Amino acid sequence: MRKKVIFRGVALPYLLLLPQLLITAVFFFWPAGMAVWQSTQREDAFGLSSEFVALENFTDLFRDPIYLNAAWNTAVFSTAVAALALGAALFLAVQADKQIRAAGLYKTLLIWPYAVAPALAAVLWLFIFHPSIGLVGRGFAAIGINWDYRVNGGQAMTMVIIAAAWKQVSYNFIFFLAGLQSIPTSVLEAAAIDGARPMRRFWTVIFPLLSPTAFFLLVVNLVYAFFDTFGVIHALTRGGPGNATETLIYKVYVDGVQNLNFGSSAAQSVILMVIVIGLTAIQFRFIERRVHY
Amino acid sequence: MASLDIEGVTKSFGATKVLHGIDLAIRDGEMVVIVGASGCGKSTLLRIVAGLESPTGGAVLIDGVNVTPLEPADRDIAMVFQTYALYPHMSVFDNMAYGLKIRGLPKDEIRRRVQEAADLLSIGQLLDRKPRQLSGGQRQRVAMGRAIVRHPKLFLFDEPLSNLDAKLRVQMRAEIRRLQKRLSVTSLFVTHDQVEAMTLGDRLVVMHEGRAAQIGTPMEVWSKPADTYVASFIGSPAMNFLAATLVEGGAAARLANGTVWPLTDGARAGGEGRPVTIGIRPEHLMPDPAAGLLIAVELAEPLGSETVLHGRLADGTTLTARIAGVATAEAIRVSPEPGTLHVFDAETGKRVVP
Amino acid sequence: MSGTAIDVERLAAAARRRKARDRFFTYLALTLGVIVFALPIWITLVGSTHDTDTIGRGDVPLLPGTEALNNYAHAWAQGGGGRNTFAVPASTMLWNSLIMALVIAVGKIAISLLSAFAVVFFSFPLRMFFFWMIFITLMLPVEVRIIPTFQVMTDLSLIDTMTGLTLPLIASATATLLFRQFFLTIPDEYVEAAKVDGAGPMRFFKDVVLPLSVTSMAALFVIQFIYGWNQYLWPLLMVSDRDLETVIVGLTKMIGIGDTQNEWNLIMTTAVFALLPPVAVVVLMQRWFIKGLTETEK
Repeated sequence: MRKKVIFRGVALPYLLLLPQLLITAVFFFWPAGMAVWQSTQREDAFGLSSEFVALENFTDLFRDPIYLNAAWNTAVFSTAVAALALGAALFLAVQADKQIRAAGLYKTLLIWPYAVAPALAAVLWLFIFHPSIGLVGRGFAAIGINWDYRVNGGQAMTMVIIAAAWKQVSYNFIFFLAGLQSIPTSVLEAAAIDGARPMRRFWTVIFPLLSPTAFFLLVVNLVYAFFDTFGVIHALTRGGPGNATETLIYKVYVDGVQNLNFGSSAAQSVILMVIVIGLTAIQFRFIERRVHY
Repeated sequence: MASLDIEGVTKSFGATKVLHGIDLAIRDGEMVVIVGASGCGKSTLLRIVAGLESPTGGAVLIDGVNVTPLEPADRDIAMVFQTYALYPHMSVFDNMAYGLKIRGLPKDEIRRRVQEAADLLSIGQLLDRKPRQLSGGQRQRVAMGRAIVRHPKLFLFDEPLSNLDAKLRVQMRAEIRRLQKRLSVTSLFVTHDQVEAMTLGDRLVVMHEGRAAQIGTPMEVWSKPADTYVASFIGSPAMNFLAATLVEGGAAARLANGTVWPLTDGARAGGEGRPVTIGIRPEHLMPDPAAGLLIAVELAEPLGSETVLHGRLADGTTLTARIAGVATAEAIRVSPEPGTLHVFDAETGKRVVP
Repeated sequence: MSGTAIDVERLAAAARRRKARDRFFTYLALTLGVIVFALPIWITLVGSTHDTDTIGRGDVPLLPGTEALNNYAHAWAQGGGGRNTFAVPASTMLWNSLIMALVIAVGKIAISLLSAFAVVFFSFPLRMFFFWMIFITLMLPVEVRIIPTFQVMTDLSLIDTMTGLTLPLIASATATLLFRQFFLTIPDEYVEAAKVDGAGPMRFFKDVVLPLSVTSMAALFVIQFIYGWNQYLWPLLMVSDRDLETVIVGLTKMIGIGDTQNEWNLIMTTAVFALLPPVAVVVLMQRWFIKGLTETEK
């Protein structure tokens, strides 16, 4: 798309672009380039000199059981977060789309967690699941479940998944609701007259028509689970107990900030960049496809 | 094939009553058109018959069986929507086959029925397309096809032609009528277009503010409108109305300016001095230079074979006349053709019969 | 189908059952929604009105207590300790968060407006190159380039400054894309009319583009304010000076690993403080917020 009428001048548009470009260059491209460069370097123990090691940082990573564990954790965590957040949001949106009383209140109630920071969501759920002060945590203890996410890796993973998914439900809910409301009522009525019961109507008409939205949300949720959930893990479990909740993004932080292993951390950053680029590319392929409906 | 009976159906949305008790009996194979201005409750009535809304009171009977508590799926009906409501993600074939698949028909039977309907509507070459690849007229046909393949007891049409351009509308109108006759499926058709109603219906229901103002054949409704609303709604240009009082014992009417028009079809009850409204269709006014009512012409619309004149009487009442040939005069005197006057009660607007 | 009276009765009963089941699911969803989405905030609000001992004992209170005023006053003015050596007052942290969120939101909107204006209404060499350069930053979230960005910040001596906290987050591909999308819908006639009237580009920007963009700006503001307020990793890295602590990071620092030291009442009070501004923005500007959200993702 292009404007037919355009202002003349060369200096002015560059001036207008300058702030954005400066920030982009200094804080995005420069560090990204550095990450790529550092990923091929290895520093000595004192950080005094570094040597070029080509792809050795990468091959080391793929042989490192701790890194592979983080990759596996990330896969489990992201799949669970996306599935939970999408499933719950779809169910709630379908119910909210019906003409229920207090629908407006219901929507507001479901939307507010969008404004909650992931780390804060973690803290809110901590108040509920904490083994000694939490309502549910103490409830578990009362019925004989040995609940302490600070020592049990599975429970820790469950906690971070719930806190991370909970926050994302709002976002998905908003999009599913918009998607549902864009399906013409008459199409659903036609299906009802054609003999389809509500469940069948959902799976043969509503769900296929929502699938572009669902696919888009799947990508967004994966990106969220990969990158934005750092705060949830940092606030709740610090990757522990052991490495039970250490995800790829958390490991970049640990290796770079705590272990000061810059070469490896940079290599991990590069791998994450490749993942983002892949996901973004999928998303854009999809936007072209979406025009169909 | 089925009959449809609507018995005392009422509908309220909160405190607003949109249907005040509709009674209607439709015979097997009959096509009834519900016509009325927007907001008269015609679509609500259709949706109640379909089962998409439940009535506040009354019952809907198909083939004598009360289907009021049933869901649309259990009523064995088909509906063509104003927006066509095709399933956007399905091909034309799947759109038409959907209802049959749900009913669990065997695959080759489905294929046969869809093919048959597609041939009938000449959309056989479109079966693999998606709705978005079709023109408005083609979508309309697919929507019809989806209704036909089901062999339902009842066809319901909710203003299916209003999204088409004028030329296509006339063409599809004829096609719907031809198909309905050929398949002889009992049909209920809702429209706001009185021409569509006149040409399509075996009978019409003229609805006004939630009531059936008149139910009858197109000719009955046109020639014996039950009240001034029906009289003004059906026919184009619309009927003229003039205030008058009965004279000569009800055998004639005297207009405000003193002109007396005889009621040749018989004397009306109420006698001398009863205030009435006289209705006269524009096409029933003829030039009458000797004794006619004088109209000051404000606008002449030549239609070729005839001319529509819009004008005013001396007291300011507007009057429209449809005169054969070309009329260019600035003033013209007109009189009604004998036996074409309609008499309505001045207060209730109801038709007063001889 | 609806052949006999028996059939009809059976079908009608099935319809009634379905309707009842449907209603059940609707209310189930409503109840679940209330529990899952209102319980956390309720527990936190209630907790912020009790004293430390009540919560620490583990008698999870479900009804508000009497300590609200004390807790809020204390958290506001002094803050809670937790595992840190000294406490930061909530007022300081909230102020930092507010400045950070406002600078980021306003900054993003300002520079994105300008760059989108340049890209849409001017023709100049390398126009598309620059556009793609901005676009590609979508693929470089701060999380994936933590360490090198940190090093750049060190080199520029931006660590422990508000500038360092906000400036790098001001670049925005999403906002630029949104404004570009919106500008493309401005009819060409407006530009022609401006030219005929002798208005220059900046005059056109001020008199036509800005007023037309008000709703888009409001929508973006909501999204970006929340984005800024909710930053976590970035302030965690950039700030060690506790006078620059933001409330989200400060809050998590109040929670110790052990059970003993936690001043739960103050933690919950601070959580309420941290929640209020962004939630208020979303709830009060709900319409704009939803518009902004669904449009930036197009």
